[in-house]
Amino acid sequence: MSGTQQVIGLHRPAAIGRIWRPPWQGGPRGSDFSWAVAFLVPYVAVFLAFVLYPIAFGLWLGGKPKSYAELFDNPEYLTTVVNTLLLVGVGVNVKLFLAFLLSGFFILPGRWIKGLLVLYMLPWALPALPAFLSLHWMLIGYGGFLNSALETLFGIDGPIWFNSYGLAMGANILAYIWKWMPFWTLVFLAGRMAIPRDIYEAAAVDGATGLRRFTFVTFPLLANLYLVSTLLSTLWTVGDFTTAYFVSSGAPALMTEVLATYSFRMTFDYGYVDLGLAAALSALPVLIPVTILLIRRLQATEVQL
Amino acid sequence: MSLALPAARRGSAPMRRAPGRRRPIGVKAAAAALGAAVMFWTLLPIYNMLLIALSEDGDEFTGTVWPSHPSFEGFEMIWSGEHWYLRDFWYQFGNSCIIGFATMALTVLIGSLASFAIGRMGLRKAWLIGNASLMTYAVPGSFLAIPFTKLMHIYGLTDSLLAVIASQVAFASPYAILILHQYGKLIPLELDDAARVDGATPVQVFLRIYLPLMAPALAAVATYALLLAWNDYLYQYLLLSSPRSMTVAAGINQFFDSDEAPWSYLMSVAIVFSIPPIVVYYALRHYMVAGLTMGGVKG
Repeated sequence: MSGTQQVIGLHRPAAIGRIWRPPWQGGPRGSDFSWAVAFLVPYVAVFLAFVLYPIAFGLWLGGKPKSYAELFDNPEYLTTVVNTLLLVGVGVNVKLFLAFLLSGFFILPGRWIKGLLVLYMLPWALPALPAFLSLHWMLIGYGGFLNSALETLFGIDGPIWFNSYGLAMGANILAYIWKWMPFWTLVFLAGRMAIPRDIYEAAAVDGATGLRRFTFVTFPLLANLYLVSTLLSTLWTVGDFTTAYFVSSGAPALMTEVLATYSFRMTFDYGYVDLGLAAALSALPVLIPVTILLIRRLQATEVQL
Repeated sequence: MSLALPAARRGSAPMRRAPGRRRPIGVKAAAAALGAAVMFWTLLPIYNMLLIALSEDGDEFTGTVWPSHPSFEGFEMIWSGEHWYLRDFWYQFGNSCIIGFATMALTVLIGSLASFAIGRMGLRKAWLIGNASLMTYAVPGSFLAIPFTKLMHIYGLTDSLLAVIASQVAFASPYAILILHQYGKLIPLELDDAARVDGATPVQVFLRIYLPLMAPALAAVATYALLLAWNDYLYQYLLLSSPRSMTVAAGINQFFDSDEAPWSYLMSVAIVFSIPPIVVYYALRHYMVAGLTMGGVKG
């Protein structure tokens, strides 16, 4: 891989910068150093005041072992964990896989495809709350749009979606995919557009076209982007609140809640702050390794560049 | 590689075919079918939004699939503010805009300053800050809501838009720094060096070289931050309480206090509420794709 990259000159400044460094870049000195620090101050201040301090505060508040024991005995909590894993495992992977395929569709030349892309991005540009309310109302059993349409067009009696665990969970996952797939399609589209054309031309000379071009050229080049996207999307989805809260609202009988909504209900509806915090913090043993993996993957690409 | 920013490559889609070869009709049909399926999937819930908004109050869920008697009552009510659910709508809409656009501006400002310092000022160990920022995502926003709300009371930011803006900027910035940092690698450091040799200060390099060349990534980050703030419900609901300091998202929630709320009005509110982010996305869309490059081809 790195051989190819050298040939086509993909790897650039970092290496040059390392060999030839102008005098002021042996680590900045004097006023340059002050400027660098000044540029970093706003972000560091935000990070300390609104991320690190709340996290530390949360860990301190939620550090009681008793509430964890109570939590793990609660069958509701276990359902919640399973649901969260389903949303992340199925939702994130199906979404990214479809987004990856669709990015291949949207990169095709043609004005109508560019036009379609603008419409296709609408779910991402729509605010989550109204979009999910619309999906909820689309699926309600009586008078919901989907069942009415099924009835009018085909004479089929649609199911009462939110009365069944499977259908309600499925509705949540589909709504989640509907809302977030466009964004990741755009990310993969950006990745595909960054592949220089000469690579494809060279591959075509070697006989790699069609499916073989995808397997041996496009996918290997985008594999790292795909992995980074999976990790980032996982982190963003474990704490997803709006989907489960507005699409199924936990129906039937609070069986389709996820960690975020469970923690919210425990804390703000029932006033069990300890339990709510414990439920949220119980995801950390999964989230921290994923974050570290993400950072390492990003670092790895940095070294290669 | 010279300054071959993806923006410059727009139009030269890599899927070029040899000149003179037409796409076979079967492929065309398949593409059209896929396009139609994707549109159906995308637009169905949006159509449902319009359908409910255009229903007459009380007729939202009577099983019609076509607005045979479209009623614009909801939109008229929003304009006049006569219904009590809608009395403070324009305050709430203003608050949503303040939160959204302040988040957007601050994220772009803070993110670009930080990514410039991390990526281009030769600071040793600066990458540590980039990594630490990503640790933000180890504790998702919804999990942080409880301590965050308590802390805002301590900071004296109860019922204040500032608290919501701070939370959104804190969550948008790590991704912003990531995207800006990755995109910044496409801009040769030699440009900075040349300017420095000519006597430019770091601030001048930042303003005259870095920002203009980073425009696509800045647009991508700005859109991302705006949509993040617009998608948020939890923080706005928890941190804002009085009717006139609420946002539209929190205001919509009030409709659920009653079982007999005018749902068509709610959907009209939702549609008006959706306009600003769609306009911003539409205005910046050409930059978006170019700017989102997240280390695409780095193997």
